Amino acid sequence: MSHTVVEAAYLVAAVCFVLSLMWMSHPSTSRRGVIAGELGMLLAIIGTLLLKEVVDYPMIAAALLLGSAIGVPLAYLMPMTAIPQRTALSHSLGALAVALIGVVEINKLAAAGAGFSFTSATLSFEMTLGFLTCTASLMAFGKLQELLPTRPMMFKGQRPANLAVFVAAVGCAVALALHPQNGALLVAFVALASVFGVMLVAPIGGADMPTVIALLNAYAGLAASAMGFALANKLLIITGALDGASGFILAVIMCRAMNRSFANVMFGGFGQVAAAATGGEARPVRSASEEDAALMLENANSVVIVPGYGMAVAQAQHKVAELYQALIAKGIDVRFAIHPVAGRMPGHMNVLLAEANIPYERLVEMDDINGDLGSTDIALVIGANDVVNPAARDDPKSAIAGMPIIEADKARTVMVIKRSMNAGFAGIENELYHLDKTHMLFGDAKSFVGGVVKALSGGSGLH
Amino acid sequence: MPALPVNPDLIAVFVLAAFLGFQLIRRVSTLLHSPLMSLTNAIAAVAVVGAIINLGEAHAGPLARTLGFIATTAATVNLVSGFLITDRMLKMFKKDKPQP
Repeated sequence: MSHTVVEAAYLVAAVCFVLSLMWMSHPSTSRRGVIAGELGMLLAIIGTLLLKEVVDYPMIAAALLLGSAIGVPLAYLMPMTAIPQRTALSHSLGALAVALIGVVEINKLAAAGAGFSFTSATLSFEMTLGFLTCTASLMAFGKLQELLPTRPMMFKGQRPANLAVFVAAVGCAVALALHPQNGALLVAFVALASVFGVMLVAPIGGADMPTVIALLNAYAGLAASAMGFALANKLLIITGALDGASGFILAVIMCRAMNRSFANVMFGGFGQVAAAATGGEARPVRSASEEDAALMLENANSVVIVPGYGMAVAQAQHKVAELYQALIAKGIDVRFAIHPVAGRMPGHMNVLLAEANIPYERLVEMDDINGDLGSTDIALVIGANDVVNPAARDDPKSAIAGMPIIEADKARTVMVIKRSMNAGFAGIENELYHLDKTHMLFGDAKSFVGGVVKALSGGSGLH
Repeated sequence: MPALPVNPDLIAVFVLAAFLGFQLIRRVSTLLHSPLMSLTNAIAAVAVVGAIINLGEAHAGPLARTLGFIATTAATVNLVSGFLITDRMLKMFKKDKPQP
């Protein structure tokens, strides 16, 4: 088949991918975006199968079928609360594919007896990103799935050790670019880059996962783009650049939402340090029962619910949706305040609440809702902690000083559903719990909200 | 100065695509950041193109075939599950029904 046909298929595929991202801008057009993406992918694969050097169709069909046989159940059986894990896993698989293609290509160069070239340099770069993203994403997966401890894993001399492995891996990459035919070097390089990926994510705590996942997304994209350079394939360059840009922008948004830099997230070991600093003498708080909470909610005109990772852990989103239905049935205005880093990946809370049938107009971004909180009757915090801690705004010495927060403390009454008085991820005392207008609702988020819903429908008839 | 060993066209393509990417992603509603990530993930699985070439070439050796097979399978898992789960997520985002 003529090369022009393949090039044309790739070009149309690239256009499809651009349209796909364009349509993702709004929920009303986003599903069209998925169709455009699928169409682009189909064209890219068909175009490649038409290349005259591709001959082994049975093997290709076997791999495509095996991949689909794993991918389809993965997509349909995965619960929505596990979306962060799935994302980490797919970054790992994507990076693995790119890295392995790099190994095959550098072997081709070696077989041809080639020395240093632009291709060998981009392949080295591509494989470095590929292998480190693969193992780093696997680590992130392990932490999100709680196969590994979610607290930062730290040891003495960690930073010098990380730096040493990084320098060694980059050194090997450079040497490999200069001598692509050195097989032993390739093995050492793969090992070092993989180990560095593990070491990179080990010291990162659970609450920093949104940034890390976004950053790994950017790396995976860049690796794909680098592969495009090595293969002189414009479709791969374009797609990798789009993916990389997406990951990078999300990482920047996450960092801003925590008032931290990339370096601080990657090398901070934040949770560990702050947790060690908590002394923690017990201070009095006011608690309330399910019935008290129901009574207060019933008498409110406006309620803002602030969900956090705790809601996902307790799988409470469906009970929260029942509460939402019960309250709007009584004519109460209910909205949700979404902090950008609430949860374990960008947009995590939105997906969970959408799954529970909360209309998306009710999910309001932090910056858009903060102005309204002063005139809100009740702010109900469910499983969120640091993102509503007024210390971030008021105490310049706090470990989270300067982090933008949802100003739940401005509401007339604050209710916080929480398991116990244990400090949150950052291990920082939260002043919000000790305000006069705050009622602590102790218990599991799912059963507590369920109790409130029951009390509401029991109808004390006050309205 | 020796000529650059790289085709400058490719660099132009990369720079323009990255710029376009930034402009497009900036416009994506924060509501959809999770599905956005799984969509870009699925799209990036277009690396399957390189893997298919590795696997299917007439002169591919055993190493190239094995790694090509693993890479094709891994990328296919991503593209299939990525598109399907993105759609599954997006289906859940519903508009508010007008209150009776």
